[in-house]
Amino acid sequence: MRNVAGLFFGLIFPVILILIFGAIFSGNNTGEVTVYLQNQDISVPAPFVDISGNFTEALNSTSILNVQSVDASENFTQYLKDHSSSDGIIIPANFSLNYAMQQPINVTVYGNPAQSTNGIILGTVNGITNFFNLQRYGGSHIIGIDTATVGYESPKYVDFLIPGLIGFSILVSPMFSMVNISAEYKKNKLFKQLSLTPLTKFEWLASKVLFYIVLSIISFLLMVAVGIFVFGANITLTVWLIPFLILGPMMFCSLGMLVGTITKSVETASVIGNIITFPMMFLSGTFFPLSIMPQYLQSAAHVLPLFYIVEGLNNVMVYGNIGAALIDIAVTLVIALVIFVAAAKLFKWRED
Amino acid sequence: MSLGIAQKYIYITLRIRKTHPTQLGAMKRMNPIEVSSLKKYYGEIKAVDGISFTVKQGEVFGLLGPNGAGKTTTIEILEGLRKREGGEVKVLGLDPWGNGYELHKKVGVMAQGFTFFEEANPREAINYYADLFNVKVEPDEILRDVLLEDSVKNLFKNLSGGQKQKMGLALSLVNSPELLFLDEPTTGLDPSARRAIWDVIRGLKAKGKTIILTTHYLEEAEQLSDRVAIMDHGQIVATGTADEIIQKHGSAERLEIHGTEELANYIKANTELKVDYDGKGIISVAISQKIDALAALAAAEQSRLDWGEIRTRRESLEDVFVKLVSGRIDEHGEIKTEQKNRTTSDQGGR
Repeated sequence: MRNVAGLFFGLIFPVILILIFGAIFSGNNTGEVTVYLQNQDISVPAPFVDISGNFTEALNSTSILNVQSVDASENFTQYLKDHSSSDGIIIPANFSLNYAMQQPINVTVYGNPAQSTNGIILGTVNGITNFFNLQRYGGSHIIGIDTATVGYESPKYVDFLIPGLIGFSILVSPMFSMVNISAEYKKNKLFKQLSLTPLTKFEWLASKVLFYIVLSIISFLLMVAVGIFVFGANITLTVWLIPFLILGPMMFCSLGMLVGTITKSVETASVIGNIITFPMMFLSGTFFPLSIMPQYLQSAAHVLPLFYIVEGLNNVMVYGNIGAALIDIAVTLVIALVIFVAAAKLFKWRED
Repeated sequence: MSLGIAQKYIYITLRIRKTHPTQLGAMKRMNPIEVSSLKKYYGEIKAVDGISFTVKQGEVFGLLGPNGAGKTTTIEILEGLRKREGGEVKVLGLDPWGNGYELHKKVGVMAQGFTFFEEANPREAINYYADLFNVKVEPDEILRDVLLEDSVKNLFKNLSGGQKQKMGLALSLVNSPELLFLDEPTTGLDPSARRAIWDVIRGLKAKGKTIILTTHYLEEAEQLSDRVAIMDHGQIVATGTADEIIQKHGSAERLEIHGTEELANYIKANTELKVDYDGKGIISVAISQKIDALAALAAAEQSRLDWGEIRTRRESLEDVFVKLVSGRIDEHGEIKTEQKNRTTSDQGGR
């Protein structure tokens, strides 16, 4: 009972976890899945009904999908890449005509089989398609569904898992280690010991950051190697990954340091560290795509530093969308610098 | 009464400082440590309450006092680990708080309760420190100096208490400092480990190092220090060599009589002498003139109680210490509470 703060947070922590998971998985009921739709059936000849328009409206009215229209002149796969999305629907040209003429025609559903959004969209489109087929032709198979993916010849679950897991390792290893190290060293007076040498606290923190950058790069290479050689993953490796591998460990190393610095005991530090780490781990799109979460959680994710790292890694490795990745890099840089400076300023080598 | 003397003493030292500043400045070589009117308060608590002392080149200076006397606060201010509230401090001519970075290159420090990375052995630790200080050292030589050559490859976590302290000493020597700070170097060690550390410290003194150490072990201060400052409640109540302190604050001699508490009380009641009973059969009488001894013995004889062996001895530093801080210190540095008349008299003094 001496460590009231530790006890309090120890009790609060499981509650927070329940709230997080509850919120994440309640997403399917309350939130909508965003899907891009390109209707290529733009000029329907006069006597025929605009079936493609009706089809789009039907999709829209399900309250499952949030349909974003894409102009027919756009290159659709490029458009999806630019918006870092894998979910899209194409209604082909002459859709209405073929429907009226009872000629089979297929809509194409783009998606990443590894993401639950893909299943939701496929299910919805399938439902609408059946409805249209039943309504007019007694269930005969006029409208069918093709599936396709963006950016990959043969997408595998592991392709989409790797960026998330890299983000996870960038967060977890530096963060937990530094929370522990900073609190333990403070308790065991090791900082005091080090302060008696010519080493400055800035040098010490910088060396820790450097260490975790190297560690994260090694772990990155291992994960990519296992992904490629064991699971045959197909991912893009470019220099644009480097900023994330440097700024990420720097950010979380400093954040861990900050937590250990401002807390009074090792126990409290560890609990506060968990409270910061776990929600961030699950809400930044690491294991679950943001799109399955309710809107308010998606908005909340934008304040989490890890969000920009995971989003950036996805933009680079999966979507090849460097323009969007640059924004993520900029945001990550600013957050990393702010936290690093705060940690370096606040943490004390010696007492007043 | 004792505090009165101490205050007078401090007052005199302050006066000397104030009246002869030019003499100090003109000294060829500045003393390694110069402290005047040093203050450090934690809220209401006056941890260090205006103390002044100097440590001279090549001497071992002991800060002696019970726990909470302000020893560690003082030494940590000198090391540049804590900020002072007031007063002047010069260590090797530097302000330890403002120039801590410079100072740490020149001094060696063993902090109280020295700890280190658990998975490092003494040799690795020394090499690590040598890197930090950017100096070249022979680890084995340093380990020989601190009598730790037998545990070169044992991890810190597996070292005994005494060995850990020796490793702390070894690390404080890496930058070949002329001035060493040892904060309670033997606290918590068994007597033989303590003696081993004493040997190390004597060896360092023989090499010409200036050493300031804190301790609550009277014997340690007596054994190692050239000069001692006795601290109590943030103030220095006596300083000087053991002899000087005894001369200044002690009575010349004590007469010891083997006898009962009853006899002690009888002597106390029938003479005007200061009589102590140690609870184990020895009555101790402060003798300021030869006639006092006769008076004590006369009273003993007159009591018709049994008494045995008698002897006289000079007061030890311990006697003076007990008198000055009004209590014996136990193994852990706490003042034993049997004599607690101090609290009332003391607060008036502060």
